[in-house]
Amino acid sequence: MGQLVWIFVSALLINNFTFSYFLGLCPFFGVSSRLATAFRLGLANIFVMVITSLCASFLNEFILPHAPYLRLISFIVVIASTVQFVEMVIKKVSPGLFRALGIFLPLITTNCAILALALFQTSRSYGLLQGLVFAVGAGGGLTLALVLMAGIREEAELSDIPALMRGTAINMLIAGILSLAFMGFAGLFSGSA
Amino acid sequence: MSSPTEPGQAYAEFVKGLWKENPTFVQVLGMCPALAVTNTAVNGLAMGVATLFVLLMSSILVSSLRRLIPKQVRISTYIVIIATFVTVADFALQAAAPAVHKELGAFVPLIVVNCIILGRQEAFASRNTVWLSAMDALGMGSGFTGALLLLGSLREILGKGSFFGISLFGPHFEPWVIMILPPGGFLMLGVLLLIFAWVKERRQHTSEQAREEAA
Repeated sequence: MGQLVWIFVSALLINNFTFSYFLGLCPFFGVSSRLATAFRLGLANIFVMVITSLCASFLNEFILPHAPYLRLISFIVVIASTVQFVEMVIKKVSPGLFRALGIFLPLITTNCAILALALFQTSRSYGLLQGLVFAVGAGGGLTLALVLMAGIREEAELSDIPALMRGTAINMLIAGILSLAFMGFAGLFSGSA
Repeated sequence: MSSPTEPGQAYAEFVKGLWKENPTFVQVLGMCPALAVTNTAVNGLAMGVATLFVLLMSSILVSSLRRLIPKQVRISTYIVIIATFVTVADFALQAAAPAVHKELGAFVPLIVVNCIILGRQEAFASRNTVWLSAMDALGMGSGFTGALLLLGSLREILGKGSFFGISLFGPHFEPWVIMILPPGGFLMLGVLLLIFAWVKERRQHTSEQAREEAA
């Protein structure tokens, strides 16, 4: 139990995917100008990550011990097709949910955060349950990062920023300062990596 | 299918990736590896060269198969081709430089989802000859490598006081440790983008002044 909590908190705050691994930066900078959209993208991320974790557990258990060189290709193909399949099911079963999350699914299916989740899960040899906790934590961390960034950017739009800095440069600096703040979480648990 | 192309065009395709359409500083693509592995110059260089290799080989293969790949499944085909070459690069790096491979960690397999590579296949290699696509890939790859090397060098010099592992300032230098930690990546890239925007504006300004004076 303690280990599961540790995995969750570590993925959520200490080793936050966005701020300490630089993963999923394209949507992080691309879709963080509005708070509501950013939050929905975050939820879609959690959703895809849970599916990814299930797929990766399955592949690690049954397929990859026999053919380790297929790791990358099989991760990508299986994750992308499973997400597409689930997308179709949701479209049929719950159109409301599909409208809320659907447009983001193609965008994040082959996002680097998603593939990294599968790779980290493999290299740290997490089992099914640990993998799921890790996925929810990492997805929650991405959501947190997106929401924080979107909140700041909505404010920044109204403030007096020099014309030269508008756009990517100021976003990078904001992200750098947020990342600095997240480094403070490193002391949360002592003595573990 | 080999339409005669002037040598000038191939040269132009090569050069545009170096500065005018530089994938990192102008298109702001492929941010994840550009920030994650550039804490030292060596890591930045290794990552850049690995990406260059994958980009070049994928571009050559995709452009030579461009008439055979059906339109509907082209993206998945590109991904499978790219993933194959990334697997090759991953194993090769592991054999040739185990220490660097260990430091880059999961970021070598993550070259698969680098948007620069897929972007070049979709935007260039799928509709140009093998020769032009190879030049385009070489240019873009070198531009990316250069950007990573620049970021890595600056961060290593400021954060460790060394360059390619050689100490520069002697024992009295107090390193800015923050530069080799994650926040330093964001801050350094932000400052570089700012400097480039400034240089660009200055240039536009002077050229406008020159035009006004001429008129």
